[in-house]
Amino acid sequence: MAKIKKQDSPASFYDRFPTWLIVIVPLLLLAALVILFVRTNPIQVATTDLPPIENLSIQRIELPEPNQIIVHVTNAGPDPVEIAQILVDDAYWQFEIEPSGKTLDRLESTRIHLSYPWVATEPHEIVIVTSSGTTFSGEIELATQTPKLDFKQFMAYGLVGVYIGIIPVGLGLLWYPAMRKLSRRGMGFILSLTVGLLFFLLVDTLLESFEVAEKLPGVYQGIPLTLFIAVLSWLAITAIGSRKSVANRDTKKGRMFVALLIAIGIGFHNLGEGLVVGAAFALGEAALGSFLVIGFILHNITEGVGIAAPVVRDKASTRYLIWLLLIAGAPAILGTWIGGFAFSPLLAVIFLAIGAGAIWQVIYEVGLLIQRDAKKAGSQLIDWVNVSGLLVGITVMYLTAFLVKF
Amino acid sequence: MKKFSRRDFIKSSLLGLVGITGVQAISNATKNPLVQPNYSGKSISDPQSSHGGFGVVGEVDHKKNGFHPKDVLTEFDYGTTSKLKNGRTLREYEFIATDKEIEIAPGVFFPGWVYGSPTSPESQRAGQVIGRIPGPTIRCVEGDHIRIKFVNAGSHPHTIHFHGIHSAAMDGVPGIGAGTIMPGDNTTYEFDAFPMGCHLYHCHSVPLKRHIHKGLYGGFIVDPDPERYTGEEREIAKTRNHNYPENKKYHEMLMLMNGFDTNFDGDNEVYAVNTIAFAYMNDPIKINPDQIQRIFLINVTEFDPINSLHVHANFFDYYDHGTTLKPTLKTIDTVMQCQAQRGIVEISFKGFEPGRYMFHAHQSEFAELGWMGFFEVEV
Repeated sequence: MAKIKKQDSPASFYDRFPTWLIVIVPLLLLAALVILFVRTNPIQVATTDLPPIENLSIQRIELPEPNQIIVHVTNAGPDPVEIAQILVDDAYWQFEIEPSGKTLDRLESTRIHLSYPWVATEPHEIVIVTSSGTTFSGEIELATQTPKLDFKQFMAYGLVGVYIGIIPVGLGLLWYPAMRKLSRRGMGFILSLTVGLLFFLLVDTLLESFEVAEKLPGVYQGIPLTLFIAVLSWLAITAIGSRKSVANRDTKKGRMFVALLIAIGIGFHNLGEGLVVGAAFALGEAALGSFLVIGFILHNITEGVGIAAPVVRDKASTRYLIWLLLIAGAPAILGTWIGGFAFSPLLAVIFLAIGAGAIWQVIYEVGLLIQRDAKKAGSQLIDWVNVSGLLVGITVMYLTAFLVKF
Repeated sequence: MKKFSRRDFIKSSLLGLVGITGVQAISNATKNPLVQPNYSGKSISDPQSSHGGFGVVGEVDHKKNGFHPKDVLTEFDYGTTSKLKNGRTLREYEFIATDKEIEIAPGVFFPGWVYGSPTSPESQRAGQVIGRIPGPTIRCVEGDHIRIKFVNAGSHPHTIHFHGIHSAAMDGVPGIGAGTIMPGDNTTYEFDAFPMGCHLYHCHSVPLKRHIHKGLYGGFIVDPDPERYTGEEREIAKTRNHNYPENKKYHEMLMLMNGFDTNFDGDNEVYAVNTIAFAYMNDPIKINPDQIQRIFLINVTEFDPINSLHVHANFFDYYDHGTTLKPTLKTIDTVMQCQAQRGIVEISFKGFEPGRYMFHAHQSEFAELGWMGFFEVEV
């Protein structure tokens, strides 16, 4: 390519100014235009006499005591909103607001305290009436006292986490010795089965994340947030996985790394699952659901199989397997704690989205393992054994999900 | 994950035959420690202090509204009277419809459409026309010739339709007589006040529901003329007629039952008598037990087919539509009215222990949404 002398460039005029000045000029112009717009309000014609847009979002309703309700509310609209009155079950009820005053600024959150004799296991409705008479309602599906952060409660929630995370994954890993006796074809089947169950988990995690995202105030853009976080976590895990020491999946170290990745992906999924289950227990929605916990044991047992699948040919130490178990299962305990004692839809969306990204990466990794094995054996990637493994994986997850979805 | 309702759980427990040992351990772990009712818990506000914690928070700025519920209760608009050549009374009014925001419960502002009249007591005191909900309570005597100039200074077409006897042209409905009065226009309604009783007026523009529930209504009380009755009936008529000294033994009140759909979803968020939620609960109606209480009860509640009045610890006589001098219902403590039905309640607290006696709609929902108050019997 011919060299162009700097002086000949048409941009030479700007070279007389320092770079910082060129950078700052558009910003100054922007500021000037914003000030001009706010001062003159040229679109006034279109907006005169429009009432302010009000949008309150009830984030959480706590029942800390038998005679007490705390409503967590966020102003998700563009304008300040004044909370005028509160209705509980179609009756005006006295309330106190703290930490804010009655007027909530944009994105400001506050708590409304009500002294109301709620009835255990029955539903209640709370309606916020603003100064313009607009109403925003929140529902208590099944009134149950919100767990208090004491030792007994903490242990109980932790136990729920153990039952939905550690126990199923651990039981699945107990199949590891049996899996080691499998033929090459059997291995292909188990790995395809893993892909199948991971694929189910990917769909499940994404949908769950979308569902929680819809409860977020609009400004947080819950669904795009889910997708961005999922893509970012996928890329981050890919970057970690391309380090030299583990990049070669033909080595034991490489395969063990894949197993670790699966454990991490499933760990995030279980964290999100724990969050949702913990929150459901705290909100009383699952107050009768010991059955639900059994469902999760059956549903998650295949996760252990998936984690062990990449290292079936390697003699993995018990210590290593226990590590995998903790990485994949223990986050469920953390999840039930957060869900039970400090549930935040935003946090749930973030964890679930990270989980989705991680699982997507793991599906890719396991897919590569299957391809490599097929190449070595001189067979096709997509043959009947692999397809039926995939099918069995998805089917088992789908059918056991009957126990935990309503 | 979907929400778990109890019904779903029962459905799902059909699958629950999958029970394994350890279920008990789980249910102990999950159920018992999580649900620990503790009825000794402190509450932020003392439930005993304020009617068990229910009610509104704060106070309505009556000054800003321009009218006080106490005045709406007991004050009437007699118009400007003069004698016609035939000896009958001519009673002239000017009614002005405007748009006005009214604070109907503390901090809750309703974009109302209102009637005001320069001869109403509020307007007289303020030296300017005060629009209010309910509109000024017209008080006249049977046989009076009524002339009402109606000026529409609001943003929508309105009328005034009277529940009384009049010609078709004076009916205040769209397409008949002057029909709908456009913003900036005016008309005059003229008729003889008949029959005596407790009536109402309201805007009859379409859409009717919206025009009524926005606040265009009020009481229209036609006192009986004792000259038209004889014997016992004449004596009763005297007590009903505001021009007779016999009337002073009665404490007369307007209780217009209304509701406000603040979010315009076809369901009222606020119920009241005379517009302001819980007004007579926070500030009870003082009762002199030596006076007989006469309530002009009118139901203008929109969206709900009926409303009612229930008085605690006492019974009353009721004159449906107020068009009879003998009670139509005797010794009752609850009376029901459909939309636009009205009547006169007469109740005595003579010999009653001093204290607060509650009254409210016996639709508990309406009561808890603002339609509730107290009579306070004084020593």
